[in-house]
Amino acid sequence: MAIVEHTDSTGLSGDDGVRRRDFINIAAVSFAGVGAVAVVLPLIDQMNPSADVLALASTEVDLSAIQPGQAIKTTFRSQPLFVRQLTEKEIAEADKVDASTLRDPQTLEERTVDGKKQWLVTMGVCTHLGCVPLGAGEGENKGEYGGYFCPCHGSSYDTAARIRKGPAPKNLEVPKFSFTSDTAILVG
Amino acid sequence: MSFPWAEQYTPKNPVMVWIDEKLPLPRLAYNAVGAGYPVPRNLNYFWNFGVLAGLALMIQIVTGVIMAMHYGANDLVAFSTVEQTMRDVNAGWLMRYAHANGASFFFIVVYLHIFRGLYFGSYKAPREMVWLLGLVIFLLMMATAFMGYVLPWGQMSYWGAKVITGLFGAIPVVGEPIQTWLLGGFAPGNASLNRFFSLHFLLPFVIAGVIILHIWALHIPGSSNPTGVEVKGPQDTVPFHPYYTAKDGFGAGVFLIAFCALLFFAPNFLGHPDNYIEANPLSTPAHIVPEWYFWPFYAILRAFTVDFFFVPAKLLGVLAMFASILLLFFLPWLDTSPVRSGKYRPTFNKFFWILVIDVLILGWLGGAPAEEPFVMMSQVAAAYYFAHFLIILPLISRFEKPLPLPGSITEAVLAKYGKTDGATVAVPAE
Repeated sequence: MAIVEHTDSTGLSGDDGVRRRDFINIAAVSFAGVGAVAVVLPLIDQMNPSADVLALASTEVDLSAIQPGQAIKTTFRSQPLFVRQLTEKEIAEADKVDASTLRDPQTLEERTVDGKKQWLVTMGVCTHLGCVPLGAGEGENKGEYGGYFCPCHGSSYDTAARIRKGPAPKNLEVPKFSFTSDTAILVG
Repeated sequence: MSFPWAEQYTPKNPVMVWIDEKLPLPRLAYNAVGAGYPVPRNLNYFWNFGVLAGLALMIQIVTGVIMAMHYGANDLVAFSTVEQTMRDVNAGWLMRYAHANGASFFFIVVYLHIFRGLYFGSYKAPREMVWLLGLVIFLLMMATAFMGYVLPWGQMSYWGAKVITGLFGAIPVVGEPIQTWLLGGFAPGNASLNRFFSLHFLLPFVIAGVIILHIWALHIPGSSNPTGVEVKGPQDTVPFHPYYTAKDGFGAGVFLIAFCALLFFAPNFLGHPDNYIEANPLSTPAHIVPEWYFWPFYAILRAFTVDFFFVPAKLLGVLAMFASILLLFFLPWLDTSPVRSGKYRPTFNKFFWILVIDVLILGWLGGAPAEEPFVMMSQVAAAYYFAHFLIILPLISRFEKPLPLPGSITEAVLAKYGKTDGATVAVPAE
């Protein structure tokens, strides 16, 4: 510790003009700041999904009753899930399109399981603002591309549930799923 | 602060003297909304809407606290407790309808208050802070109204919550975690309902606090007036009480008549029938629309249908919607004309009314389905909205030749009634 020679009323200044009090001030405020952040973190984090919400069971879906051209609406993680068996014509329509021209380029193969191209499994959540698109139920509007149509802001999806028209930025999301038998899938 | 000629608070009752020495709250009220606040003598009825907005907030707080006594903030019972309030609770129907329609009336008077400010240049120096705080109140009102609409847990509640929180999902990278954080899940659910209830109860009191700041900031320069000419002497003002308490009292009577007419004869006129169906995550209503007071902003949100370079249309719409309000925070610096009142600004006057029509059209489009020709019209109307503030207004401020201003408020008042005697000469304030 250098000997303080000049007359400083506080008697705390070093030669470089930095007072010992400055160090104490910075240290105290920094310590309080770290403490404040540590307190704020749980205050913010409590708003994230709780353990019971996160304890998400996977969903098993029985496909045996779904005829070609039909679709069912079920739930996965408390959101709607569409399971659809495409007809030959619908598959042909989806394959006809050059994927690279699409807004969210994907082929039907990339969106389905190998060898089971007719089974289209997607979330029933429009990628625009989260409405449930129409088209899974009997007689619902399928939009001009024959897949799904979101009534909220007019997004149209094709037979591979790819976005073709309207404000939605992405194709309907395909969740992770696998076939447990020829007529059943496990989603999640 | 006040003008030097403001009336002084001099309690005569010994109890009031005793209180004044210990806690001068009556003095504060006297100087804020009593005879101690000198106000320009020429205010017209458009100056009623600030007080009316305060009245509407009081109605909302009283009916809201009562609604909370009968409400269960749980997704299993929320819908039925609201119906129970309507059918079984004594006068519950009155409380609920007053609260639901009260929100609409709150927005009606606030929109008139905002357009009053826009026309008469109330946002200009030295009242910028009053304007900025007013916008903060407006944002808080929108958040409160949105969360309140979710609480009955009807179809529009649920899907409104999903669409509006979905807006945050449009933000790149952090969007989806933010949306999940806001909702406390992957879709609106019990956690969302509970937190919305908690915040819906809290925010009105925050609004009340910001209103105090809004009035405080107003009282430093004093109220503006229809001529936009500042107060120059005692002859330009009258005490707030009894002159404007009486005028505001009359306005409050008219307001309450209109409110009761809707409340008792058409309580569901502004509501959506879909909200009498309990929330169903598997079925989207055919036509999701927010409450009418959000329609102009909703129209701007939906106006963007094409990606622009690398920015997706969805994000553009969200940015534009938020920008349409944030833009107003810059208004005091976009309109550089030294003349406040639109009365003396011939060019501004015309464009002001075009803006009013534009916002009304946006409102109509926001409630219309998302199909042509409405989408195209929304694009034009939204573009005009931004052009008004960012291009037209700064240009007008630059090139417009304003009409001659009256020498003082008193001169304008006397000229209106055909008197031009010597009393019109302004006595400058010291």
